[in-house]
Amino acid sequence: MAAAVPVQRGAAVGSSRIARSGAQARPAAAVRVSQRSVVTKAQQKREMMMWEALREGLDEEMERDPTVCLMGEDVGHYGGSYKVSNGLYKKYGDMRLLDTPICENGFLGMGVGAAMTGLRPIVEGMNMGFLLLAFNQISNNCGMLHYTSGGQFKVPMVIRGPGGVGRQLGAEHSQRLESYFQSIPGVQLVAVSTVANAKALLKSAIRSDNPIIFFEHVLLYNVKGEVHPGDYCQCLERAEMVREGTDVTIFCYSRMRYVVMQAVAELEKQGYNPEVIDLISLKPFDMETISKSIKKTRKAIIVEECMKTGGIGASLSAVIHESLFNELDHEVLRLSSQDVPTSYAYDLEAATIVQPEKVIEAVHKVCGVRAGV
Amino acid sequence: MLALAGGALRASLGARALAAGGASLRGYGTTLGVEGDVLTAEVNPFKTHRIDPPSTTVSATKAELLQYFRDLYRLRRMEISADMLYKAKAIRGFCHLYDGQEAVIVGLEAALNHKDSIITSYRDHATHVMRGGTVLEVIAELMGRTKGASKGKGGSMHMYRRQTNFFGGQGIVGAQVPLGAGLALAHQYKGEGGVAVAMYGDGAANQGQIFESFNMAALWDLPCIFVCENNHYGMGTAEWRAAKSPAFYTRGDYMPGMNCDGMDVLAVRQAFAYAKEYAVANGPIVLEMDTYRYHGHSMSDPGSTYRTRDEISSIRQQRDPIEHVRKLLVDNGLAEASELKAIEKEVKAEIDGAIEEAKAAAHPEAKELWTNIYQDDLGMTLRGIESNHKHKYA
Repeated sequence: MAAAVPVQRGAAVGSSRIARSGAQARPAAAVRVSQRSVVTKAQQKREMMMWEALREGLDEEMERDPTVCLMGEDVGHYGGSYKVSNGLYKKYGDMRLLDTPICENGFLGMGVGAAMTGLRPIVEGMNMGFLLLAFNQISNNCGMLHYTSGGQFKVPMVIRGPGGVGRQLGAEHSQRLESYFQSIPGVQLVAVSTVANAKALLKSAIRSDNPIIFFEHVLLYNVKGEVHPGDYCQCLERAEMVREGTDVTIFCYSRMRYVVMQAVAELEKQGYNPEVIDLISLKPFDMETISKSIKKTRKAIIVEECMKTGGIGASLSAVIHESLFNELDHEVLRLSSQDVPTSYAYDLEAATIVQPEKVIEAVHKVCGVRAGV
Repeated sequence: MLALAGGALRASLGARALAAGGASLRGYGTTLGVEGDVLTAEVNPFKTHRIDPPSTTVSATKAELLQYFRDLYRLRRMEISADMLYKAKAIRGFCHLYDGQEAVIVGLEAALNHKDSIITSYRDHATHVMRGGTVLEVIAELMGRTKGASKGKGGSMHMYRRQTNFFGGQGIVGAQVPLGAGLALAHQYKGEGGVAVAMYGDGAANQGQIFESFNMAALWDLPCIFVCENNHYGMGTAEWRAAKSPAFYTRGDYMPGMNCDGMDVLAVRQAFAYAKEYAVANGPIVLEMDTYRYHGHSMSDPGSTYRTRDEISSIRQQRDPIEHVRKLLVDNGLAEASELKAIEKEVKAEIDGAIEEAKAAAHPEAKELWTNIYQDDLGMTLRGIESNHKHKYA
C-alpha cells in the first residue's frame, strides 16, 4: 500500500490544478479585456453592453468585500460563457473565480455550505436550465436553511445565469426557470432587463443577506446602455416605471420589456397612452407600484416569457384579481408562451413566444379599437 | 433466491449483510496494559486504501475513558428516551435514532475540536449534543418547543449549532455532502486551518452528488474528511443489495480511505486524529465507520423485517460501544463498577430533568410562522391562505 504522499497544496487553487492537469490559461492575445470595463471613479454615465455592466458590478463588489466569490463552469480562465467574469481571475485568483466541474447539484450545494460559514458566493448556472439538477439544493438548503435552523444560519448567495428563449437554442436551452422556482420559500427572484438595472441590481443582490435568484437573459447580454454613476445599488423589491401612461398598465420583465416597448412605439402612433411597468422583483411582487398603477389605469395586461401554465404571470394575475378586483374595468389579459417545448425551427420558435403584434392586439381588446386604427 | 421461504431468506440476508459489508461479530482488540492512570490497548486493524494505516496501539487515561463513558451513556439514554416519547406521541413525524452508533461521534469529537466544521444527516441528535448542545435542546426540538435547537421549527432532522460549527442536520439523503465540501472550501478560502467533516450513510453513499463532492474536494485539495457511517442498512435495504461495491472507504477512488471499527471509541479517535492530520496537510480522505444501529431506520420502521433479531442481539452482546468502555475501565482496575453506576444515575437524572423541562416548555407562538424566512427584512407583506390576510415578512 502506498504511503500517504504529502502533496504541495498551492496557495492558489489553480497552481496545483494547473501543475497536474496541464490546463492552460488562454493565450494573452485572445483575452479581450475591454478598456471600458476598467473600474473608475468617473461620475458621468458610461455606455457599455450588459455583460460589461454585470462584469463591472461583480468587479466592484469583489474588490469591496473579500468574502465575495464566483463559482461555476468556465467562469475563471475562460472568463464566463457570456464574458461576465472576463479576465477577473487574473485580478482575484482562482479561489475567488472558481472553475467548477460540470456538477450543478454538487457545486450549488457547495456554494450553500460556503455561504453558511460567512462567505458570499455567487453561483453561476451556465444556463439557468441546468440548475434543475440542483433543485433540491436550491429549494431545501438555499431557501429553507434560515428557517429550519431557527434563524441561526443565513445564506447570502446569488444564483445567477442566463435563461429564456434565445435564437434557436432548442427546447432544453430555452427554459424559463422563474416558473419553477417561484414557490420556493425564503428566496427572492429578480429579473434584470437593462444595462443600468443589471449592474445596480447585481450589486444589491451581492450585498443582500437573502438568497437571490438572479435572472439574466441569453439575448440581452449585448444590449447597450448606460450604467448609473458611482456605487449605485438598486432596490431588489421595487418594480421599474418604464413609461408613465393612462390607458392601460402593461406588466413585463426581462426581454419582454423590449417586445412591449416595440409594441408601444406602434401604439403611440395609434393614439394610445399605455403605462409600462417592468416587474424586476418576481418574488415578492412590488404590490405598491402594481396597485398604484392599476388604480390609475383600471386595465392590466401581463406580458411574460413563461408558459401559460404556472408562470409568473399566472401568479400575478391571480393576485391582481384577488386584491384589485374593484379597481379593474376588464379582466387581466395574460400573454404568455405556449405550453410547448421550444422548437428549433425559426418560425415555430417565434410562434412560441409573445411578439409585439400580440401586445398591440391585447391593448386593442382592453382599451377598444381607436378610430382610425 | 426469490424462491426461499421467508425465514430462510431472512437468515441468509442477515448473514450476508454483515459478511458482505465486512462487519462481523468480531470482538475488540486486546488490552496491553495499565500504567498508573493510562491504559494501553490494541484496536482492531484498519483497512486502508492508498494510505498507510495509523498504529493500532492506542492509549487513554482513566479521566478520558470516564468522560467517554459518560458521553456514550448520555447519548444512549437520550435516544432511548426519544423512543419512549415517540411512542407516547410526544414526538411526531420522522425520528431517526442513533443508539448503537454513539462511538462514532464520541470518538470523532475526542480527536477534533469545535473549530472544525461538521455536517451530517437526519440522524443528528447525538451530533448536536457532542457539538456542545444540550439534551434539553434536542428533546425540546423533538417536541416542537421554542427551547429546541431550532426554536421548534426544524424538528428531528434539522438541528444546528452555529457557534460550534455544527451545520446540521439534513432531510434529503446525501444532500449534506456537497454542503460539506463547501465547508471545506471555506476552511481553505479563509486560511484559518481546521477540517470539515461531511457524514453520510451507506445508503447515501450511492448518491451522485457524493461523487461530485469527492471530485471537487480532491481536485482542489480541500481539507475534508468524508465519513461513511456504515450501519449496513439503507432503511430496509442491506448494503450488498444497494451497492455494487460496499467497500465504501475505497469509493473515493483516487482519494485515500480507511475502514475503522466504529463500535470502538478508541479506534474511532485514532482514525479521526490520523485523518485530520492528513486532510490538513494534503487534502480529502474517506473514512468508513463499521457501525450498527439497534433501532430501525426511523421510529416508523421496526427494523426487524430485513434483519434478524439474533443479529441485533449478538451485536449488542459482543460489540456494544458502552459495554466496551465499561469493560476497559472495570476489568483493568481503573474504576469500580459502582463508580460507573453513579455516572449512570447522574446521567439518567440529567435526561429526566431535560424531559420534564421540555414537556413544560412553550410551543412557538403563531407569529413564528412568519419569522426567519428572510435574513434581510423586506418590509413587505405576505399574503396568507385567504387573499385578504396579510402578514409582515420578518
